[in-house]
Amino acid sequence: MTIKLPASIDETAALLSSGAYVADRSLATVLFLALSMGRPLFLEGEAGVGKTEIAKVLASALGRKLIRLQCYEGLDTAAAVYEWNYQAQMIEIRLAEAQGVEDRSILAKDVFGDRFLIRRPLLQALEPDVNGPPVLLIDELDRTDEPFEAYLLEVLSDYQITIPEIGTIKAAEPPIVIVTSNRTREIHDALKRRCLYHWVDYPDAERELEIVKLKAPEAAEDLSRQVVAFVQALRERDLYKQPGIAETLDWANALTQLNAVSLNESNINDTLGTLLKYQDDIAQVRGSNAAQILEELKTAAE
Amino acid sequence: MSKEPGHIAENIVHFARVLRRAGVPIGPRQVLDAVDAVRQAGIGKESDLYWALHATLIHRRDMAEIFDQAFHVFWRDPRMLERMMALMLPELTTPPAEPDDQTSRRLAEALMNTDSVPQSPPEPDIEIDARETMSAAEVLRTKDFEQMSASEIAEARLALTKLRLKHDQVLTRRTRPAAHGPQVDMRATLRASLRAGDIIPLKRRERRHRPPPLVVLCDISGSMSVYARTFLHFLHALTNDRDRVHTFLFGTRLTHVTRQLRHNDVDEALRDVSNSVEDWDGGTRIGETLRRFNVDWARQVLGQGATVLLVTDGLDRDGASGLETEMARLHRASRRLIWLNPLLRYDGFEPKALGIKTMLPHVDEFRAVHNVASLHELVAALSTPEMKWPNAA
Repeated sequence: MTIKLPASIDETAALLSSGAYVADRSLATVLFLALSMGRPLFLEGEAGVGKTEIAKVLASALGRKLIRLQCYEGLDTAAAVYEWNYQAQMIEIRLAEAQGVEDRSILAKDVFGDRFLIRRPLLQALEPDVNGPPVLLIDELDRTDEPFEAYLLEVLSDYQITIPEIGTIKAAEPPIVIVTSNRTREIHDALKRRCLYHWVDYPDAERELEIVKLKAPEAAEDLSRQVVAFVQALRERDLYKQPGIAETLDWANALTQLNAVSLNESNINDTLGTLLKYQDDIAQVRGSNAAQILEELKTAAE
Repeated sequence: MSKEPGHIAENIVHFARVLRRAGVPIGPRQVLDAVDAVRQAGIGKESDLYWALHATLIHRRDMAEIFDQAFHVFWRDPRMLERMMALMLPELTTPPAEPDDQTSRRLAEALMNTDSVPQSPPEPDIEIDARETMSAAEVLRTKDFEQMSASEIAEARLALTKLRLKHDQVLTRRTRPAAHGPQVDMRATLRASLRAGDIIPLKRRERRHRPPPLVVLCDISGSMSVYARTFLHFLHALTNDRDRVHTFLFGTRLTHVTRQLRHNDVDEALRDVSNSVEDWDGGTRIGETLRRFNVDWARQVLGQGATVLLVTDGLDRDGASGLETEMARLHRASRRLIWLNPLLRYDGFEPKALGIKTMLPHVDEFRAVHNVASLHELVAALSTPEMKWPNAA
């Protein structure tokens, strides 16, 4: 039984919130278009803004299988697309020889058959599934090199993969493809053009508070509000790495573990490591700076 | 939104054309996508129209701003934007039809077929330049470069082939067939075994090498001005010769010029660079510009283990404030940091200037040249075995 794809932007937004993902209208629009036009969705943004989460939520909300391809430098077809089971092939050849099979062309055909094919994520994504086409998450594409990017062009535009020994495998129904990038390098335009592009930004205070309430429900109400306001104020500052939503949630959880009900200078200093990941940033914020932000927040709240 | 659905496609095409003229690269396929997307999303809400067009027409974050402005003007009154653009951006609406004289020197040379005498660059005058470097005023000006002659361009190519940076090859995780490689290529072996008889010949492979990305940070302040032409020529050749080169120029501010330098024609490229850089021949704020690089660019361009080539004399107007931390950070973020200092006049030079002293401990490799009169000397300086300071801190 396949769950039907959302038929409007509102339904898409509802689908995401049913999976506990707080999305703004722009993201719902792009996602709806990607689903209805059958195009890959290219999500770019800083680390920790919830790009990967979108694919996970989408897969679970639609009841589809999630196939994840984590990219890294040197990712090749053997790891991303398919590989032959060499050990089994060797045994097959030995057996055939023992049985006295002479014709090597028949043997070749047999050995490079479906039985000996190991399917990697991209090939798996093209296979039909009882729950409907799977969600294919190509995570952190910026970590691979250009040759793999070029290889993806064929896969993402025609949803087909060519294996020299077998032929071309084409998906009956194209998978839902989500590509993410942290922008540690610029992805080539040719690939981006085949996708719908969306820059995932840090959320505004209201949406971030909603996320914290949803994902860190144990945190006290006041604490959540202060945490969000503090993080929003930090993002205004000149930091090497601004805290993402993931860091906000970590921080709220850490403070809750310490039984904090509101922010003060000492518990900020104790837990700053969950929020900021660069020593220079921590040194800059720790101490008087944190107190100053806290003071500003207090006056703003009054 | 008061537009009829029938007109919407026409308006989208029109809108795409306006964006294209404003410098956003949009292909015909994307326009079709945009029409499709808007049809799917509906035009009930302005924000839906906005994001549908944004998703299909924009593929880079830095284009989002221009899209935003164009959208708000265009979808109120489509003709208004065109009028505005005609008023404000005359150079965009009228293509530069008049032939510019950039190519003239080369053309003349080709027609006359005479050997042009290479002009010797002026002798660098360090005292005056150095004084200017430390001056407090931020000098904003553009720079005129003499055109390159055909022989100069050919010479630059030749010089660049001799460039050998140390440790300029890194192992990748990709492999290639090699008769005596360390790994067994199972796939090739199996294929060979089907062809061969009873003996299975082992096929081998080895890991490929590849030059790492190169990031060049080049000082263009007053004290470096005599070398600017040579350096830019070098950078142009380098940017077009190698894969994955990112070029930045700095004086009092940091300018990313990779795109400008990618222009195949060196004169065009240098003119573009000259127009986009505002702080030619001014002072130097090394600490501040390095900070801008570390914050705004490091994550984007240093990601894949880049080699950083820092070209500066180390004379800092700001009295090396913040230089220490930023140099340390740059050093940690780059795989290899090479400092090329072109302003050393004699062998007995000692790093006395504060900036130089601060920077020295944070570089992997220090290269000094007495006088960069030509690309050959520059390339030679980068390719010779490393030199050590006898009394480096």
